[in-house]
Amino acid sequence: MSLTKADVIKIAHLARLAIDEDDIPVSLRDLSNILYFVEKMNAVDTTDIEPMAHPLAATQRLRPDQVTEGNQRTRFQAVAPQVEDGLYLVPKVIE
Amino acid sequence: MTHNEIPLHKKSIAALSAMLQQGTVTSVALVELFLERIHQLDPQLNSFITVIPEQALQQARAADQRIAAGTSGPLTGIPLAHKDIFCTEGIRTSCASRMLDNFIAPYDATVVNRLHAAGMIVLGKTNMDEFAMGSSNETSFYGPVRNPWDVTRVPGGSSGGSAAAVAAGLVPAATGTDTGGSIRQPAALCGITGLKPTYGRVSRYGMVAFASSLDQGGPLARTAQDVALLLGAMAGFDERDSTSVDRPVENYAQHLSGSVDGLTIGVVNEHFGEGLDSNVAARIESALREYERLGAKIRRISLPHSALSVPAYYVVAPAECSSNLARYDGVRYGYRAEGPSSLEEMYKRSRAEGFGAEVKRRIMIGTYALSAGYYDAYYLKAQKLRRLIGEDFNSAFASVDVIMGPTSPTVSFKLGEKLADPVTMYLSDIFTIAVNLAGLPAISIPAGFVDGLPVGLQIIGNYFDEARLLNVAHQYQQVTDWHEQAPPGFE
Amino acid sequence: MEWEVVIGLELHAQLATKSKIFSGAATAFGAPPNTQACAIDLGLPGVLPVLNGEAVRMAVKFGLAIQATIARRSVFARKNYFYPDLPKGYQISQYELPIVSGGLVEIDLEEGETKTIRITRAHLEEDAGKSLHEDFHGFSGIDLNRAGTPLLEIVSEPELRSAREAVAYMKKMHSLVRYLEICDGNMEEGSFRCDANVSVRPRGNPTFGTRTELKNLNSFRFVERAINYEIDRQIDTLENDGHVVQETRLYHPDTNETRPMRGKEEANDYRYFPDPDLLPLVFDDGYVASVRRSLPELPDAKKQRFREQYGLSAYDARILTATRELADFFEATAAAAGGEAKRAANWIIGDLTGILNKSGTAIAASPVSPKMLAGMIRRIADGTISGKIAKEIFEAMCHGKGDADTIIERQGLRQVSDSETIERIIGEVIAAHPEQVAGYREGKHKLLGFFVGQVMQRSQGKANPKQVNERLKSRLNESD
Repeated sequence: MSLTKADVIKIAHLARLAIDEDDIPVSLRDLSNILYFVEKMNAVDTTDIEPMAHPLAATQRLRPDQVTEGNQRTRFQAVAPQVEDGLYLVPKVIE
Repeated sequence: MTHNEIPLHKKSIAALSAMLQQGTVTSVALVELFLERIHQLDPQLNSFITVIPEQALQQARAADQRIAAGTSGPLTGIPLAHKDIFCTEGIRTSCASRMLDNFIAPYDATVVNRLHAAGMIVLGKTNMDEFAMGSSNETSFYGPVRNPWDVTRVPGGSSGGSAAAVAAGLVPAATGTDTGGSIRQPAALCGITGLKPTYGRVSRYGMVAFASSLDQGGPLARTAQDVALLLGAMAGFDERDSTSVDRPVENYAQHLSGSVDGLTIGVVNEHFGEGLDSNVAARIESALREYERLGAKIRRISLPHSALSVPAYYVVAPAECSSNLARYDGVRYGYRAEGPSSLEEMYKRSRAEGFGAEVKRRIMIGTYALSAGYYDAYYLKAQKLRRLIGEDFNSAFASVDVIMGPTSPTVSFKLGEKLADPVTMYLSDIFTIAVNLAGLPAISIPAGFVDGLPVGLQIIGNYFDEARLLNVAHQYQQVTDWHEQAPPGFE
Repeated sequence: MEWEVVIGLELHAQLATKSKIFSGAATAFGAPPNTQACAIDLGLPGVLPVLNGEAVRMAVKFGLAIQATIARRSVFARKNYFYPDLPKGYQISQYELPIVSGGLVEIDLEEGETKTIRITRAHLEEDAGKSLHEDFHGFSGIDLNRAGTPLLEIVSEPELRSAREAVAYMKKMHSLVRYLEICDGNMEEGSFRCDANVSVRPRGNPTFGTRTELKNLNSFRFVERAINYEIDRQIDTLENDGHVVQETRLYHPDTNETRPMRGKEEANDYRYFPDPDLLPLVFDDGYVASVRRSLPELPDAKKQRFREQYGLSAYDARILTATRELADFFEATAAAAGGEAKRAANWIIGDLTGILNKSGTAIAASPVSPKMLAGMIRRIADGTISGKIAKEIFEAMCHGKGDADTIIERQGLRQVSDSETIERIIGEVIAAHPEQVAGYREGKHKLLGFFVGQVMQRSQGKANPKQVNERLKSRLNESD
């Protein structure tokens, strides 16, 4: 699977990463090399193999329905780039 | 050899602990000593991102009071450094990224809490590859860490700052995280001992995520005995981590003395092929002969899918990281680009300016591997291979007690040597990565030198077999002194 | 051309847990911005989700109530996209293996007809926060209090064929989640929300037309209006040789139209994959059985029982079981009224519903309690008051004038049933109207009404009308 310039632009957009036109060739080369490398996976037939998402065969634990967290807005917003009236501010959202 | 000849900064935690209890040294004195060494020597290494002398001294005074009052434990008053990936309340947690350069966590990671509760004194936060992505510690926003054995060379990564600081005697112990070898490989390249526990043994709460199904925190120190003490304090069930395992923690430090007579060591054929430096291979063979002298038996085994662990890993880890790092968007914390004209521009520029090249590369690979039309060919394929890799180990552990081999295919390489070629860099972790995919525990211990540079022996255990790993490592360290060597200039 | 409408609904019910689905922050509505958003809800670095057991139990309850399959193993997945109200850059949801799949419900249509609608799936997920678009000098404000509130997303098969059917389905589900006490159903606060997938196709055409997804349908009325608008728009487009674009459209109630959303729209690629921070959710039959035992009586079963136990008509039973509160009100009234179930049903469906609707009051806040209503019904049944007087008393009870007995005593409304008094009044009336008496006795039996009126007037409305009728007839005839 070889990538195209359009692929790189699309991936960068999906990942919300600005990319300079000048940097696209290097990105394209590096990403293509990595993909070429990982495609070595195709050497093994994995039909009928159950995919493994977790190293341990454990199951999800359930938490009791209790309120344990109080209001810590001041602490949490101390590290925020921009807040007003307790709200996080971002450039206007368009719907 | 007697401990009296050894300077304080080279003593083991066990030895320092005994001295603290006997009153022959104070925690304040230890903290002052190590802070002074950091001040004097770290400019050569760049192993710390943040040093916190005042808090450390304050904690040390409190530790001395507890020791005097007789309410202390074996780790009380011992200095420690945290990899800058563990959240520390009130102290910057940067993950070596511009993205979190200004981030002060409003809470402690569980590991930080536990070691604090054990009485350890935090001196600061160590340098690392950005978001733990790298094998050379060259991707840090704060500049590369240098290897104390040769400052023109890399310390390994991603826990390179932790490994270099311990090796140089700037701190007796440090925490690290290991997603594909990030504790073991720098431990090997810096000539110290580092353990990656079984997935789920150490809580991931408050440890900034890289790849959630692979990440595991663990200790780095000079000896297996020290690592055993640290792991005993770090490990344990945490209800805040769904993947934490509810299983009692053994007293690792008390299980070190067993003999290795009769131990069956698996040696993997595939580990001794192409890519392994022949001098490193010779050191590993020599270590294996040492184990044979101690009564262990060697059995040649095969892990048929091991060659595919690196390709599978470079799908799974980037896929998880592409999602884990989506939260860094400049809205609630972290870096936000100046004056964006729109929401989309805020996202794209904040992330492009806040992340370094390797992090962006992995986010893009992971995004691609999960995207419509490619999921099956990449992500699902890798998850299936992951199952086969895990089954290889299960088969192997049916006939062997531990698996041994090189931690890294080469000794430390030059700064910049592999930076331009990501795939070559990725192959640095060829022997460590399969362990993360399977979720197994593994330790790297010093096993000699090649041209004055340390070689690490990796010992892989079965699930939750950390006590045996530490025992086996400790027995080797009883008959060798590789772990006691100090880098020239840092003696 | 004749068009067939195809509608599928995605309902989002906020589960009525105290804490969030993956964190210990409160879910209460209306708190000041970001005061109920904890480190996990904010997606701070290093924090991890742990699943709320109560949210799981509620989802299983729902699945059992719609006769669905409860997955013994289900998996949480991440849905990846960037939006300021989505703190982690992904929503934890379920994708390939949802907790509930393949259920059905019966909806009530006009003229007592019913239709079975199949439910594709229902899955657990976390709610997002809110973007407030009030202008903060060119910025939007983000409130993450709602982020992490547990949601059950209920997806129907595209089997609804009109806006009315869609509304009937939504009402049925709304009633069901409230019966199950898994969602408060408060649509104004967004506890129960609806997205509609709408398409049209020439009748008889086996393939679906291109669909649009409608959002912002936060009342039953808006659902109906928005779908009807969209149907007209699509048909109009197709009949003018245009084609329908697959897109998300926002309903604007002020202008009653749907318009394409700009912000969110692009070729969405959510890159779902299993959430590595959460493990597979697995339960055994014992767990499912224990949830099954906790199920309340469901609307359809209750409706059937009301018909059998209380002898109600299908219509009455359906109305009284529309909500659990109304059904409970009825049963409490019927029990306290000593078996006068039919009278209780009539009063609740008629007068009570009338005054509640008029004032926009919920049944739970009714000024007349079941006990009060039953007390009045008992006085009708035992003849203490007439039906006509009862209307007056009901009115008084609504205005807080006390219970029926108090009002009867205070205003002297007790029906006169003692025969001596009635006989005396009848005697007086007969004596005072000899001409009418003669007329009656000559066969003008219509005059009976006149005599009844006279007696009632002299008794100030309190004489028992039935008794008056009987005694008058007897007295007027006896002197023959």
